[in-house]
Parts: sequence; C-alpha cells; structure tokens
Amino acid sequence: MRRTVAKTYKLYIGGKFPRTESGRSTIVKNKRGEIEAHICQASRKDVRDAVEAASKATSQWASITAYLRGQILYRMAEMLEGRREEFVSAIQVTGNATAAQARKEVDAATDCLVRFAGWTDKISHILGSSNPVAGPYYNFTVPQAQGVVGVIAPQSPSLLGLIAMIGAPLATGNTVVALGSHLHPLPSAILGEVCHTSDVPSGVVNILTSTKKELLEHFATHRNIHSLYASDVTKPERTLIEEGASDSLKRVSYLHIQKDAWYDQNQTASPWNLEHFIEMKTIWHPSSSH
Amino acid sequence: MAEGTNTQSPWDYSDAPDSTHVDIAKKYQLYIGGKFVSPKSRSWFATTNPANEQKLADIASAGKADVNIAVLAAKRALPSWSKLSGCERGKYLFAIARRIQERAREFAILETMDGGKPIKESRDVDIPLAAQHFFYHAGWADKLEYAFPGRAVKPVGVCGQIIPWNFPLLMAAWKLAPALACGNTCVLKPAETTSLTALRLAEVFEEVGLPPGVVNIVTGAGETGAAIVNHPNIQKVAFTGSTEVGKLIMSQTAGSGKSLTLELGGKSANIIFADAAIDQAIEGIVSGIYFNQGHVCCAGSRLFVEEPILDTVIRKLKHRLKSLRVGDPLDKNTDVGAINSKAQLKTIQHYIDVGEDEGATYHSCQTERLPSKGHWCHPCFFTDVQPSHTIAREEIFGPVLSVMSFRTPEEALMRANNTPYGLAAGVWTEKGAKIFDIARQLDAGVIWCNTYNKFDASSPFGGVKESGFGREGGMQGLRPYVKLQGAMS
Amino acid sequence: MLPSVDSVMLEQRAQSFAKRSIKNESKMQGLRLVLSMIDLTTLEGKDSAEKVKSLCKKAVHLYEGELAEPLPHVAAVCVYPSLVKVAKKALEGSGVNVASVATGFPSGQYPIDVRIGDVKKAVSAGADEIDMVINRGAFLAGNYKKVKDEIARVKNSCGNAHLKIILETGELETYDHVRFASDLAIEAATEAGKISDGEVFIKTSTGKVSPAATLPVTLVMLEAIRDFYDATGVRIGMKPAGGIKTAKQALHYLVMVKETLGDEWLSPHLFRFGASSLANDVLRQIVKQTTGHYPAGYDFSEA
Repeated sequence: MRRTVAKTYKLYIGGKFPRTESGRSTIVKNKRGEIEAHICQASRKDVRDAVEAASKATSQWASITAYLRGQILYRMAEMLEGRREEFVSAIQVTGNATAAQARKEVDAATDCLVRFAGWTDKISHILGSSNPVAGPYYNFTVPQAQGVVGVIAPQSPSLLGLIAMIGAPLATGNTVVALGSHLHPLPSAILGEVCHTSDVPSGVVNILTSTKKELLEHFATHRNIHSLYASDVTKPERTLIEEGASDSLKRVSYLHIQKDAWYDQNQTASPWNLEHFIEMKTIWHPSSSH
Repeated sequence: MAEGTNTQSPWDYSDAPDSTHVDIAKKYQLYIGGKFVSPKSRSWFATTNPANEQKLADIASAGKADVNIAVLAAKRALPSWSKLSGCERGKYLFAIARRIQERAREFAILETMDGGKPIKESRDVDIPLAAQHFFYHAGWADKLEYAFPGRAVKPVGVCGQIIPWNFPLLMAAWKLAPALACGNTCVLKPAETTSLTALRLAEVFEEVGLPPGVVNIVTGAGETGAAIVNHPNIQKVAFTGSTEVGKLIMSQTAGSGKSLTLELGGKSANIIFADAAIDQAIEGIVSGIYFNQGHVCCAGSRLFVEEPILDTVIRKLKHRLKSLRVGDPLDKNTDVGAINSKAQLKTIQHYIDVGEDEGATYHSCQTERLPSKGHWCHPCFFTDVQPSHTIAREEIFGPVLSVMSFRTPEEALMRANNTPYGLAAGVWTEKGAKIFDIARQLDAGVIWCNTYNKFDASSPFGGVKESGFGREGGMQGLRPYVKLQGAMS
Repeated sequence: MLPSVDSVMLEQRAQSFAKRSIKNESKMQGLRLVLSMIDLTTLEGKDSAEKVKSLCKKAVHLYEGELAEPLPHVAAVCVYPSLVKVAKKALEGSGVNVASVATGFPSGQYPIDVRIGDVKKAVSAGADEIDMVINRGAFLAGNYKKVKDEIARVKNSCGNAHLKIILETGELETYDHVRFASDLAIEAATEAGKISDGEVFIKTSTGKVSPAATLPVTLVMLEAIRDFYDATGVRIGMKPAGGIKTAKQALHYLVMVKETLGDEWLSPHLFRFGASSLANDVLRQIVKQTTGHYPAGYDFSEA
C-alpha cells in the first residue's frame, strides 16, 4: 500500500508561505484518526511579522480605486469557486459536515465574497454623506479604511466564517491579519493559496493558524493592529481583548451570530458589518467664487 | 495734505463689559428624576470665576449613592421615553432649542463667568451651536429608520455621559441631543469647574416639561464620573476628555458589554503650503490655536509651513498676535479670555518652560494689560521646534503653538501623521487637486481645508487613532446611540 | 506666484472688525478721527460752483452749533476738474485740500492722452490730490502691462499732487483681482522713484458702481499695503469710497485699519473716506453724544 504524502500547511504572511517562526506544528487527523496534514502553529512572533506585512500593504490597498479592489475580491471568489471540491474535502476532514453541507458552505463563502466585491464602491454611498452645514462650506463625510484589522474567525463554519470576517475589512480597504479556526484549520490554511493565486497584493491578507489561547492577547495588545473583529469569544476573552485594546484605543467589534446566520449575508455582509472597519472622515472646504 | 488731528494717544477701544446680571444661586443641587435634590454625599465644592478667582456658587458633589439614584431614575424613565413616538420626542427637543435661543444671552454670560471664555465666543459660537444641535437632532427623532437602511432602530438604553470644561453647554448638547432623539435616557456629568450652564439647562428641561428622569445631571469630579462608568445599569458611556482617562474608561468597561464612544485629545496639524492664501491662512492659524484660549481638543497646535514662506508666515503671525486682546472675558472686545483653572494654567506654563528648556524660541503678543487676579496666559508660539520636542508631541490644551517647516507634500504628511492622535487637521493651498489628496491622506477624523475650527450640528466630529472613536453630529453621530436590530424583510 | 485670497475666510475676518464694541470715549475720539479723514465729495453732472462753495464751507465748519471741543475740518473736498478752481479759492488757507477726479472719471474710457491731459489740467488748476481710475477694460482683458504703464504715466503727470488710484473694485468683482490690481497699482506708482508716505493712495471705487467699498474689499487692499510696507518701508494710503454712510460703518473701518496696518495709518495723511452723506451721520452722533439728544435733520447743512 502506498504511503500518502501528507502535506504541511504553512502560514500565509506578506504573500509568502513561511513556516512558523516557532518551529512548531500540529497534526491534523481525519475522522478515522489518520494523519491528514500538518499545520504550522503560529506564535507571537508570527503575529508580529504578519502585522508588519499588513502595515506595509495598507497604503496601497486603501488607495487603489474601489473598483479595482472590487475586481480583486471578485477574482478571489473566482479562485474559490475553482477550488470548490478541494475546500469541500478540507471542511470534511475535521468537521461533521456531509458533502452536501460542505458544498453549501463553500458556495456560501464564494457568494459572500462576491457580495463584498460589490460593496467596495457602494459603501460610501450608504454610509457617507454630504452635510448641509449652516455656512458657505462644502462639507462631506467619507468612509476611510482603519488600517490593519485583526480577525479572530469562528471555529465553525471554518471557511464561511473566515471569509465573512475578512471580507468586510478587505472591502473597506483594510488589510487583515486573521487567525483561522483551530478545530478545523484546513480551509483557512488553503485560503492563503487562493489569495496568492488571485490578484490580492502581498500583505493584504495574512492568515495564521494557531490557538486563541496563545495569540488572542497579542492580537489585543499589538499597537499596530488598529481594529479587532472577533467571533466566538467568551466573556473573559472579551475582557482580555478590550483591556488589551485600551492601550492604543483599538476599535473592537464582534460578530456574534447563530450558526445558521452565517449563511445570511444580511447578517454578515451588510453595511452595518462593513461599518466597523471604517473611520468617518469629514472634510470642510469653503465655497465661494469671489 | 491735510494735517492730522492732534489725538493724544493712538485711538483705542474703551472697556465694553457685558452685564453680569444673571441670577446665580448660592448652591446648586443635583438634577435627578426631574427635581433638584440635595446630594446624599452631603458634599459640595465651589465653582469660581477663573477671570477674577471669585467664588460663584457651591455645587453638589454626587457620590456613588447619588449616581445610583440618578441611573435608576434614568432607567425608570427609559420605557416610556423610548416608546414615545419620534415626532413627540422631537418636539421636546425643538422646544429645548427654542428656549436656549431665547435665553441665549443669559447662557452666554454664565458660560463666560464660569469658564473664562470670551463673551464674544460664548455668544457667537457656544450657545448658538448648542441650540442648533438640539434643533438638528429634534428633526432626526422621527426619521431614524432612514438613517439606518435595512434595520430596525432601538435605543441603546441608559447613557452615562461625561463632558469636559472647554465647551460646557455645547458639549452637553452634543451628548444629550442625539441620545434623546434616539430614545435613550441620560445621566450627564459636567466638568467640575464648569457645571453652571448644564444646571441651567436643567431649568430649560423643566420649562419644556421634559419627563422626569429622561435627563439627570450629576455634578462632581472624577469619582462621580467613575461611578457612572462602572454602574451596572449604564448601557452606554460617552466620554469627552483626555486620552489618558479615555483609555482608563475603556479598560474599566472591558468585557462589560457597555458600548463606548470616546472623544479624546489631539495634537492636530495645520499645514500651510506656499501656494495658500496666506493672509487667510494666518486667520486660520490664529483661530486654530487661540480660539477658546487653545482649550480645544482639535486645536491646530502643530503648524507646518512650507519652507519658502516660513519667514513670511512668522512675520505675519507676530503682527497678527499684536491685535489679539487678552483680558476680561466679559468684555465684548476680548479675543482671548482666562485660562479655565489654576491647575490648567500650571500645566500650560510647564509646557512653555519645557519648550524653552528644550531649545525652542518663544514668541508672544506682548499685551501689557493683563488683569492682576485670575488665570492668564499670553497667546504665544514657538519657532525652532523639532518634531521630537515635548511641545510638538504632547497636548498642551492652551494657547501655545509649535511652528515647524517642511519642503515637500510627502514630508508634510509624514510629519503630520507621526502622532498617536488623529482628531483633526488643517490644510491650506489654493490648488484643488492637492488639497483633496492631502485631505485623503491625513490621519484624522476632521479635515479643515482652507478653514479651521468650524463646527456644525450636521457635520460629524470625532477622531481616529488615540483621539478616540465614534462621531458626534450629523447622520453618523446617531450611530452610537442606536442598537440596530433585525434583518431586511 | 500671484497672491490669492480666500473669500470665505476674508469675509469672516472683515466681519470680525464689525464686532468690536466702540463705546463712550473711544466712540467720540473715533468719530472725530473719521471726520478728519473725510474727502467730502460731490461728483454729479449737475454740480455747480454754488454747490461746491457750499460744500467747501461745510468742509471747514462742519457744525454751526456749539460744542465744547471744536470739530476738526475734513481732509479734502473732492470735485470734478472743472470745479477745482472754485474749490481751491473757497478753501484757501483752510488746511483742507482740493482733490480732483481725473483720467476720464468714472469710466476711464478715453484715449490715454486725453486722460493725461485731464490730470495735467486739474493739477494746474490747483488740485492737491488726483483721484484717477485704472483701465478696468485692459485689466480684465489681462493686459496688465498696459494698466501699469498708464498708472505710471499718470503718476508722472501729477507733479506735487498726491495720487489716489481707483481700482473700481465693483467691476473687478473677485478678491483675487482686487489684490492683484492693488499690487499692480502700487508697483506702477512707486517704480519711477522713491515716494513719501501718503503720496500714493489706493482707492476702492468711483461711487458710480455698486458694490462700492466693502469691509472685505478694503481689507484685501489693506493687506496689499501692509505687504508693500513690510517689503519697502513705504506707507501707501487707503481710501474706501462709496457706500459708507453711517458713523457705525466708519468706525468698523477704523478698527480694521488699526488692527491690519497699525495706529500709524489712523491719520488723514494715510487714510480717507470718500463719502458724501457720512459726515452728517457722524455729526449727528457727535451732537447726540455731547448734548444727550438726537438732533433734527435740518440741524446740518445738506451737502
């Protein structure tokens, strides 16, 4: 009998696939208890490297046109669709999903990304405004990106949850450092490859696999992460996040929704999800021709 | 030519003091549940006029028990207030706006006596804007669903609101108007040095028949504020003040589920390009840093001037400073009033000393006639300032400007953004394409292009980075005061 | 690089001068100063020798009634060239100057030789001051060199008479134009040689075009004067004309001059009001302030 070549999935940082700086990896076993793959277990220093890569990418990603950003996210959806079966298998390795359920999740993730792709050049219509100030000024408010957003994805649905949570900050022009599902790590590990083969610029998406226990504190306290988006966190974890975030007044938002709700784009990809990742900038200019 | 008139000394303005005929009670109680009540704490503190150090009144100091009563009053008032139709809620706010306008002069005089700001500013800026804020938000009360498409809009609940001493009535309006329009009830704490106009606002609430408990005003210092922040029945905390305290509040409320908006400190950059309309830019510099004695979180305290016009700008600024009139805040010709408190004056003086110690050059307007009593600071600016100097990095909250130069737009941006703060910024150039690109790249929540320190109820205000989060004013300013529920049908 | 002006901030700044509260002693002193700065003006087609004589009488003796402190006389009487002689005679020895409009006032739409001739005749008739108009047509067409050369020629024709250069700001319309025209006029009038303080004025309007003088337009011109002073040490004078009708308005101008140029300029030597009805309102205020009650309209001569 042929021995299968088990793959070691690496991290995705700055458009590269490094092994973890810590040199650790964990074994992913399938439901039959067989070794399916190895996953790098990221450490604090990997968070540091990922944030550095994400920081370098912020200015470019925020300043390209919203149209182009939309096209890149759509390209990502195309690549996701193209690797549909691979993701279906990846979801099934550690989860209990049937093939049909896994397919449903991959399709929902792809559709969710498509929705975000369309949001890039509409969100300022919805959330921005021109303001009728009582004076000779042209005054308007535009949404702008926050910078680097840390994402703590839910354990499940591992692919759809991750896509929903990185899509919102990406669509609004932020770069992302995401911690994928620990219990079901394969989809997030493969997603890096999707990003890499799309036109997503290096550093815009960074994906780490590790445990919340190890990394949550570092996500919370890293002063160059400007905003944190977390799901599936307990009350003590919330306290940890918010206490850590207070040092740099990091924005903190949560996506606490029921399991089925991940399939409802109105709860994951509405303007009110995107809103967490923008700063409203109000610009005044005098108006007069004399 | 005709001979000149033989005027003895140069023509100057006579004193033009506004009257001080406003009734100030000896003691001010807490305003809780629609009544003025004595504090359970049995503790009082004095509020003084910073321009002459005379005591104006005793103010109740709310203790933990008092705050508890106030929060419970707000909690009791919440169900009926939030169920009131938007139209009805709006009418209360419209009426409040009207009464502020009608009592504007009284509010202005009181604001100036209690806080030290020039009557010109309280009369023309603070009070009219406070009225506008209520009027603007009144109209939102029955239109909230249009501001949040696809969602049902619910109030957050009981809001604890803590405001600073630099714009006492205006900040009360900024906090209360959107909260009330969205159906919340409030516990408001004015700053301890400037409680009088908020308490007078309570009289207005009585006049318009605002239901008891919808707004409760508890006076006191930091401990009173902490009691509000930590009260379990407070659902939302809105704070305007220092970054240091803002961080503390965020840390204290961590994990509590309380929603938070923080409007904190700043060290805003004001960038003057060589192709700016220089004489107007000078006005922008002056109103940017000397407005309200520089007690402005968005003060343009870091001036960046393109090198070819640096000397011109300094020359014009010196000239302009000579015509600033510092003194009695009640005098209608006063441009710069009293520093709000002895403690703040000490802070400012400390920074001026540090500025000189670190090698920057001090310039002031040489106004001879400062009153003998009261807290005063000459409006001033520093040249030869390095970006690493303390005065160029820390918020001074006084009439002290750091002047620096730059050579390219990229350098201007890099230096402007090199700060933990991000409240506001100014940019001056007559070149349209440049102004919008710089405005886009500045890390700040408010960008004033060819103007500075402009405020309007319809214009969202608030910061990025360590200047806090959340917006006040405009459609976006409603967001912190609503819970969005439900999906689109 | 042309200096540019932001109109919104300019107008706010100008408005801030109007917010100064001028009361009591300051008001009285200011009003006397205003009187001393007035160019009492009549520029009507129907002007007669009699009217000019009457105006000159008023220029010297502003008020017939009794006042504890005598009033100053106005700075000048401003008339058309044909009436310069009449005015000169009437004002002899009074200390009040005779100013004459010239250069084809108010339009300036005449050949340059005619305009220069106009100036020379007014000067030879005894005018102490010439109020010229610039060629707005050439200015708006962008022919700045022509505008400048013409001003320089007029200046050369003035002899010892002082020159006031009318920009007619109501026709220039934008503040950028006003600023540029101010700089151009000052440069043109001063490039032939060193001039003394107050030898050259810039002036807003003919009074025949609306809007005439406004606070913001005057402020732009004051800023041009200040910049020129900072660069050269030479003091150019300023004359807002037209539309300043009340004592209160005039005090706003004084405030603006004081705060923009400094106390040096608070003198008829460097600042004038071109006005016909202003004097009476100022007198009314002074009499009220002195006697405690408002005078009747017929208490003052009409001119």
